[in-house]
Amino acid sequence: MQTVIDAHNISKVYNPDTIPVHAVNSVHLHLNRGEFTALVGPSGSGKTTLLNIIGGLDAPTEGQVVINGINISELKPNQLINFRLHNIGFVFQAFNLIPVLTASENVEFIMLLQKRPKAERTRRVHELLASVGLSDKLNVRPSQLSGGQQQRVAVARALASRPQFILADEPTANLDSHSAATLLDIMEKMNREEAITFLFSTHDQRVIDRARRVITLVDGRIENDSAATQIRH
Amino acid sequence: MLLKLAWRNIWRNRNRSLITMSAIASAVLLAVATVSLQQGVWEHLIKNLVSLYTGYAQVHAKGYWDEQTLENSFEIDKTVEQQVAGTPGVNAIAHRLESFALASSGDKTRGCLVVGINPAEEENLTRLSAKIQSGSMLESGQDGALVAEGLAEKLNLALGDTLVLLTQGYYGSTAAMKTPIRGLLHFGSPELNNQIAYIPIQLAQYWLDAPDRATSLVVGLEQAEDLPAVARSLKKSLPKTYEALTWKEMMPEINQHIEADSAGMYIMLGVLYMLISFGIFSTLLMMLAERQREFGMLNALGMQPWSIARVVLAETVFLTLCGSLAGLLLSYPLVWYLAENPIQLGGDMAEIYEKFGFEAIFPATVKAKIFVEQTLVVLSVGLVLAVYPVWRVLRLNAVEAMRN
Ligand SMILES: Nc1ncnc2c1ncn2[C@@H]1O[C@H](COP(=O)(O)OP(=O)(O)O)[C@@H](O)[C@H]1O
Ligand SMILES: [Mg+2]
Repeated sequence: MQTVIDAHNISKVYNPDTIPVHAVNSVHLHLNRGEFTALVGPSGSGKTTLLNIIGGLDAPTEGQVVINGINISELKPNQLINFRLHNIGFVFQAFNLIPVLTASENVEFIMLLQKRPKAERTRRVHELLASVGLSDKLNVRPSQLSGGQQQRVAVARALASRPQFILADEPTANLDSHSAATLLDIMEKMNREEAITFLFSTHDQRVIDRARRVITLVDGRIENDSAATQIRH
Repeated sequence: MLLKLAWRNIWRNRNRSLITMSAIASAVLLAVATVSLQQGVWEHLIKNLVSLYTGYAQVHAKGYWDEQTLENSFEIDKTVEQQVAGTPGVNAIAHRLESFALASSGDKTRGCLVVGINPAEEENLTRLSAKIQSGSMLESGQDGALVAEGLAEKLNLALGDTLVLLTQGYYGSTAAMKTPIRGLLHFGSPELNNQIAYIPIQLAQYWLDAPDRATSLVVGLEQAEDLPAVARSLKKSLPKTYEALTWKEMMPEINQHIEADSAGMYIMLGVLYMLISFGIFSTLLMMLAERQREFGMLNALGMQPWSIARVVLAETVFLTLCGSLAGLLLSYPLVWYLAENPIQLGGDMAEIYEKFGFEAIFPATVKAKIFVEQTLVVLSVGLVLAVYPVWRVLRLNAVEAMRN
């Protein structure tokens, strides 16, 4: 199995000089290509902090993140931004899309940043929006899409950049259960059919049930990892 | 796509953008109209002023302006004359031989300025015939004088009487002359009205024993804005024994007055631009504040801060450009109208103007330069103001920006 994410001994302390908050504590995390993993834990357990560190949005106080063999803490700021552009797909909890661009423009935008040729962009925009079931919403702006539809556009966009893996921080938190299920169906299908690697955080039991591997975080520590448990069994 | 993004972002808050744009448009309108009117009025005044006597520029023998004596006269030179007349922008020239003299009649004596002229040239340059109250224009090669009313009155002289002129000739000998008064002139300026007399230049040369000599070559222009170029060309190309002076150099007090007036106007415009700067800046700040999350998201996805800043910059440019273009579209017809239909002065002002023989109007000038300048000013104001949002975007932190 090919390693995609190797997070080694990650700790994050906020406000180290005043009232230190140990948001993440000595976390080791290893993810292989094609995994479909949920990071679960109560609110404040450090899920967002850990995902931000793995995604190169935030620097750990201690430890290293190696993605596809590249130690991202050694990258200069602009290199890191470029690394994110080409290697990591992001789906956030909300406010994923550029409000003044249509669904198709939002998906195209990331490929434009990557300087992909026009023909490829157009083809992929259609492909991806079809695969998330939004072929009829190409020219609609985010404000006219439902929350679930917006998240599906965000997933399409995350895929458009052909990343190594997709990080999704509570992608279903603002969705009703039906929309959440649809989004999970789409993510699952992509994982199954195209071996797209997903790491998503959630505290919704219905979402947790769909994951193939579940990592439980409590107070910034990994309390349980279903993959490790299976090995032990 | 970045430009499309910027353009659509402006219309995200349509009302706010429209209000900002109309503020910019009205500032440009006001500024263009004020500057056009001010420059138009001064141009009109200067044109009137220089066509009274001095012309836009004069060529003399070097040193004449500082010491106005016949010793500093020059021999009329066809090549120099052609060179000056042929300078692009020059539309009239006139030779003069000027001398201060004593004019007398009976027991009355007055100091006066006697100007030897070529009547046709002078007519072309200063429309001398229009100032004749009674009598007729001089004719080249004949004798006779045109005397300003004030001077004639002080000497108790009337049309047809004999004017006696006394001065020192070119070689230092006493020069005396008698010549009939062929016409009386009226000048609005008391200075000219009380002391000027014109005679044909040949008569002056004979009287002063200075054949073929002149003290000045007066230069008239088609358009006032050609003056700097004409002056530069003359100063550069005339032989070193000549000097070329513009009206600004000959009448520095008037030029200073105009500059002080312009400075006052620019201060006013400065205040105006400050006011719209606040408007533009607050719009930019609101745009920035509203979109922290969006900027954070874009940066997280992999957009370099500099690219985001370029979008912000483009938005500022669109905003100010749309505003100033609207201002220009509105101001052009206004300025054009004020140029074609100048404001008529009434009351005392009109009287003063007319006393000097000036048309009592406030015309505007239509100059592309003024429109372009004001647009550039607004655009640079916008760009300067954009420095702050750009700076903020450049030091953006994706995580913090998205957490808000
Ligand atoms: N910027 C920050 N400054 C200080 N404390 C923070 C900051 N971000 C998160 N925290 C704290 O770190 C802990 C983990 O937060 P977070 O990673 O957001 O957890 P989760 O996503 O699981 O809810 C919480 O106690 C939170 O209050
Ligand atoms: Mg969170």
